[in-house]
Amino acid sequence: MAVGKNYLVGVFEDPDVVLDSIKSVRDSGVKIHEVFSPHAIHGIDDYLGYKQSRLPIASFFYGITGTALALFTIYWMLGFDWPMIIGGKDFVSLPPFIPVTFEFTVLLAAHGMVLTFFIVSDLKPWAKPLVFDARCTDDKYIMAIDLGANQKSKEEINKMLSDSGASEVNEKNFK
Amino acid sequence: MQVSSPIREPLIHGGKTMHDVSEDICRQVEAKPSKGWMAGFAVSLAILGIGSISVGALLWDGIGVWGLNKTVGWAWDITNFVWWVGIGHAGTLISAVLLLFRQKWRMSINRAAEAMTIFAVICALMFPGLHMGRLWLGFYWALPLPNTFGSLWVNFNSPLLWDVFAITTYFTVSLVFWYVGLIPDFATIRDRAKSKVSRAIYGGLAMGWMGGAKDWSRYESVSLILAGLATPLVLSVHTIVSMDFATSVIPGWHTTIFPPYFVAGAIFSGFAMVLTLMIVTRKLFKLEDYITIGHIELMNIVIIVTGSIVGIAYITEFFIAWYSGVPGEQYAFINRATGPYWWAYACMMTANVISPQLFWIKKIRTSIVSTFVISIIVNIGMWFERFVIVVTSLHRDFLPSSWAMFYPTIHDVGVFLFSIGFFLTAYLLFSKYFPVINMAEVKSILKSDGEKE
Repeated sequence: MAVGKNYLVGVFEDPDVVLDSIKSVRDSGVKIHEVFSPHAIHGIDDYLGYKQSRLPIASFFYGITGTALALFTIYWMLGFDWPMIIGGKDFVSLPPFIPVTFEFTVLLAAHGMVLTFFIVSDLKPWAKPLVFDARCTDDKYIMAIDLGANQKSKEEINKMLSDSGASEVNEKNFK
Repeated sequence: MQVSSPIREPLIHGGKTMHDVSEDICRQVEAKPSKGWMAGFAVSLAILGIGSISVGALLWDGIGVWGLNKTVGWAWDITNFVWWVGIGHAGTLISAVLLLFRQKWRMSINRAAEAMTIFAVICALMFPGLHMGRLWLGFYWALPLPNTFGSLWVNFNSPLLWDVFAITTYFTVSLVFWYVGLIPDFATIRDRAKSKVSRAIYGGLAMGWMGGAKDWSRYESVSLILAGLATPLVLSVHTIVSMDFATSVIPGWHTTIFPPYFVAGAIFSGFAMVLTLMIVTRKLFKLEDYITIGHIELMNIVIIVTGSIVGIAYITEFFIAWYSGVPGEQYAFINRATGPYWWAYACMMTANVISPQLFWIKKIRTSIVSTFVISIIVNIGMWFERFVIVVTSLHRDFLPSSWAMFYPTIHDVGVFLFSIGFFLTAYLLFSKYFPVINMAEVKSILKSDGEKE
């Protein structure tokens, strides 16, 4: 996401008001940088026009990688590299290999997906996020609009936010 | 005509606003430790200290310091292992299964239950580790690592190896599930922090979370998929633990009922431990508005259901032993109930089958005191269940000349105390320095909840 310098920040008290405000702001052709909230708001993706996350698809591919890797490794180790007779049974048979294969599938699917989530959302211990209004982790809903990315004037957007229910509208400048 | 469902009790009492939630949960994170907490922490450290003497003796002298003998080669170690793994099932069950079923009452208890899961699984992992005698060689023996014996690989046909994979996967997946849920709450604490040090620490833990809609959307997908992965995982873990026994040829172990019976028992004991801890936590940190009698009642209902499944499993085992017509199998069960360990069997039956049935009475299942007492009785009963399964099946060997009894030594007790001390210490540290209730999730239900009031 391109980072601008001058933002207008609308502060809201209620999730439903934010959703209505997003709709009216976007309908008038203003681009929203991002909306910040203390909790997940259901349906906000549709209002902001975000596509569904593809993380589940990524997780599926990590998972089948795990399945393939586990089965290949077990067959190779017990069937080819060092075959052993255990209880007079075949060197390789599928059923006893399923538990480890299943666990390894889950292991890769879960950790692969979480790591991907950290990378795409840029979550890391030394991250320095842009703070538009720190109250968004407590009880306020924050809508940030990049003035540089919009044609409309500051005053127009300011009025639009107040009219659609923002309790405060502040300006935030980053160096 | 508009049809409206009956009005439910709100999940969170006291007409809280979102800011109140931040205040109430962050209060004990930011405040100096209370006297009650300090006292509890001192006791936990003392238990840990006493136990560590036995762990030291065990590592120095070897597992000969335990009371095991040639006949009973598995006793308290595997009993404690299965007991702790069982306790470690409730957290993921609450957060994953109840998430999939959209049960919103989970939100007040899932954080603490997941933390409990993680600590319980660490305690469980101690026992196979210590039983190897040489902890530092554990990785080398248990994982398929290249080695100088050939390479002679680990045996993928063995349930003991399945256990290695199941428990480590379960532990790490529970850990990231818990951590992902904690990130937004760490951000709340970071943005409230007054001192530079706590700002830096919680800022690092929050990893730059600001709660953008895009991030929330990804967070929700990750939670849902992790829940979907964790649900079969949690069932597989105790299934595999039960197969440690069920795939053997020992009468009393060699039964196909073991996987569902162990899973039900695990949920049963896990919920009992969650109740024990939550009743203390809500009192200690004044969270009565968040963890309400309604929550306690719902957990008690889960205890009735799983306790009854366990009770039916005990009876079914007996019936099948008789119906199988195998004298060895029949003897194992008659010896369990009437042999020299009859007292352990009676203890297990009373604590696990009879005591949860008291929860049918509404007065008992909505009383804090009786819930607390029964939750502890259930935990003791579930420990005896594992002891009965392990020791009574082993002590009367196939050869009467090798029949023996198991007597625990002081180091059997000491190592068990060590795990309890570790568990309590870790839980108290968590409850002081981490948010014990998932603030972000609770905030999301305040509005819809409040409208019903």
